[in-house]
Amino acid sequence: MKTKVFAVVCLLALGAYLAARHWSRPAERTQRGIAATHSFAPELSLTDLSGKKLELSSYQGKIVILDFWATWCEPCRTEIPRFVDLQNKYRGQGLQIIGISLDDDPKPVQVFYQQFKMNYPVAVGNANLAERYGGILGLPVNFVIDRDGRIYAKHAGEVDISLIEQEINSLF
Amino acid sequence: MKNTFYRNSIITMIVLCTLVCLSVHATAQPFTQAATTSSSKSQVATIQSDSSAPQLIQPEELARIVQSSKGDEPLILQVGFHVLYLQAHVPHAEYIGAASAAEGLRQLRRRVAALAHSQPIVLYCGCCPWSKCPNVNPAYKELRDMGFTNVRVLYIADNFGKDWADKGYPVAKGE
Repeated sequence: MKTKVFAVVCLLALGAYLAARHWSRPAERTQRGIAATHSFAPELSLTDLSGKKLELSSYQGKIVILDFWATWCEPCRTEIPRFVDLQNKYRGQGLQIIGISLDDDPKPVQVFYQQFKMNYPVAVGNANLAERYGGILGLPVNFVIDRDGRIYAKHAGEVDISLIEQEINSLF
Repeated sequence: MKNTFYRNSIITMIVLCTLVCLSVHATAQPFTQAATTSSSKSQVATIQSDSSAPQLIQPEELARIVQSSKGDEPLILQVGFHVLYLQAHVPHAEYIGAASAAEGLRQLRRRVAALAHSQPIVLYCGCCPWSKCPNVNPAYKELRDMGFTNVRVLYIADNFGKDWADKGYPVAKGE
């Protein structure tokens, strides 16, 4: 009897220890901070580089990667060819990438768009939109948005594309 | 016998609870801060070993100056991008524009043209990780070439959000 009680006490304490380690992993919190709330992604209504209206709500039912970037941002320049590949790979399964450039001037964005053969819509954003997404005070920042329009994950800084791939695969 | 058993149980619980507390405390240290602190230190060391590299000011020092200033703070110039400046900037910082572009450098020259070369100036951008920022080095070089002797660059390891705003340092918004 005493041995059983002792074993239960040890197991409970070990469980508490492992739970505490798990819940206090900061890297995970950083990446999932917004996802945990499952809040709806704020609407955006812009005109893309081709002159078409770009609204997030028109992509409901798709998995969206909303990428805040700029032509002057080196990590963004590294990421974008990977996003182009990702768009090609998962277009048929309902992935839609949207780029929001925070350049001050649209001209270099047009040049970049052609040069990098971007295959998804890009619009030039503004401070108001950036603030509605929690403030974009450094680039790149991207959001993975599920088919219902809720934010699933946020990534700040250059992201490991395999992590994004895992996330979108879990949403298909 | 019974007392010994309960004493052992209590000791085990205490030891394991201590482990839990230590674990929570250790992992709850700001991960990004810890990571960037070590990388920041090595970057700062590398930067400062180069004689042509900018003189740096750390965010906590500038925040202290801004918070305690009575109008005697240095001239603070944001040489980055407008969308970032509009969302949040160091109080009293003036927007100059991206010093990676010719127009930004022209604007910078215009702004300081009438100032004494001993004027304390702090430059900052914060758009990107320090080693990838396209703006602070051209701005610093321009001022040094013009003869300014008291120029420092705000050391922002990752970006303005993470290294300034998220740390609770004061910010102003808009123009």
